[in-house]
Amino acid sequence: MTDVTDTQSFEAEPQLGDYYALLKPRVMQLVVFTAVVGMLAAPVGVNPVVGFASILFLAIGAGASGALNMWWDADIDAVMKRTVNRPIPAGKVTAQSAMYFGVALSGLSVMMLALSANLLAGAMLAFTIFFYVVPYTMWLKRSTPQNIVIGGAAGAFPPVIGWIIATGQIAVLEPWLMFALIFMWTPPHFWALALFMRNDYDDAKVPMLTVTHGRRATRNHILGYTVVLFVLAVGTAFSAIGGWVCLATALVLNVLFLKGAYDIWQRDEDMSEADNFAVERKFFRLSLWYLFAHFVAILIEAALKPVGLGGW
Amino acid sequence: MGLRPEHEIHTRRKGLNMGVGLMLGAFVILVMLLTFTKITSAEFQIPASQANGVGVQTGGGSN
Repeated sequence: MTDVTDTQSFEAEPQLGDYYALLKPRVMQLVVFTAVVGMLAAPVGVNPVVGFASILFLAIGAGASGALNMWWDADIDAVMKRTVNRPIPAGKVTAQSAMYFGVALSGLSVMMLALSANLLAGAMLAFTIFFYVVPYTMWLKRSTPQNIVIGGAAGAFPPVIGWIIATGQIAVLEPWLMFALIFMWTPPHFWALALFMRNDYDDAKVPMLTVTHGRRATRNHILGYTVVLFVLAVGTAFSAIGGWVCLATALVLNVLFLKGAYDIWQRDEDMSEADNFAVERKFFRLSLWYLFAHFVAILIEAALKPVGLGGW
Repeated sequence: MGLRPEHEIHTRRKGLNMGVGLMLGAFVILVMLLTFTKITSAEFQIPASQANGVGVQTGGGSN
């Protein structure tokens, strides 16, 4: 039996902030933001209390999947500079505690979302957590260079769940356009990161595209996905959730994004190393604004509709 | 002085325990608000099997 009063335990005592860090707060912010947009873009209004509670439970579910991801990936987190300070590799929380924490919050969030919104929303959250933890984290992340593409799907579900919270419906095009936007955005976003953080993924032996197929192939893939994303984003602007604001946003940002991807495609390793991957870093920063601005545009269209200005 | 002096672990974990306590309290309040919102909404219907003749009822029950 462990003596709870020994010095080592005292130093390793987890704090509330350590458990909060297990929830991947930055990912949760993206989940909350895209889910709120999905919920407000839906053609059905939601009671503010129900909407707030549902988004909160969705965020907790997303955080729970983050905790389970950190539990499973503790070994590779410990060798990557970007993740070495996470609570488990830093020795603040045990892997087993993270697992219990993730499982408990997963069950709680799914049950509460089903009660606060509807069964379909709860089921969709359960599927999202399962998809992120089992097929992505436990299986494909370490076995295929398409790991980012598959992980991107898990991150793309929140606006769909937001839509379901409001409508209870899933068989419509609009939420899946928002899904597709995040799904197609994720690979170029992460591959740009992989280009300038390459040693991290090499050390962890995660089969990133940069490692398995080379950096030239990664640059080609970034350009390919960005071209498809251009078509998708502009197409979404013409859908029921789009409008003039969406179209203007999509045109400006996709031209910039495509130019960034083209610049990355044109460069080789010598050029990138000469300026410490300045173009790749700039593209990565732009990708953050890219997604944020597209969803803000969808939100603006939704806000303008009641006064007869949004949409087409 | 109490019969059982506070164990050192309680002092050490005070921050964590306070945080968990506050969150549980917030969770209870949220569930109360949610319940109140749902039962006062126009769409709320009591299943006939549980209504005992009170309120707007839906079919499906037999007792």
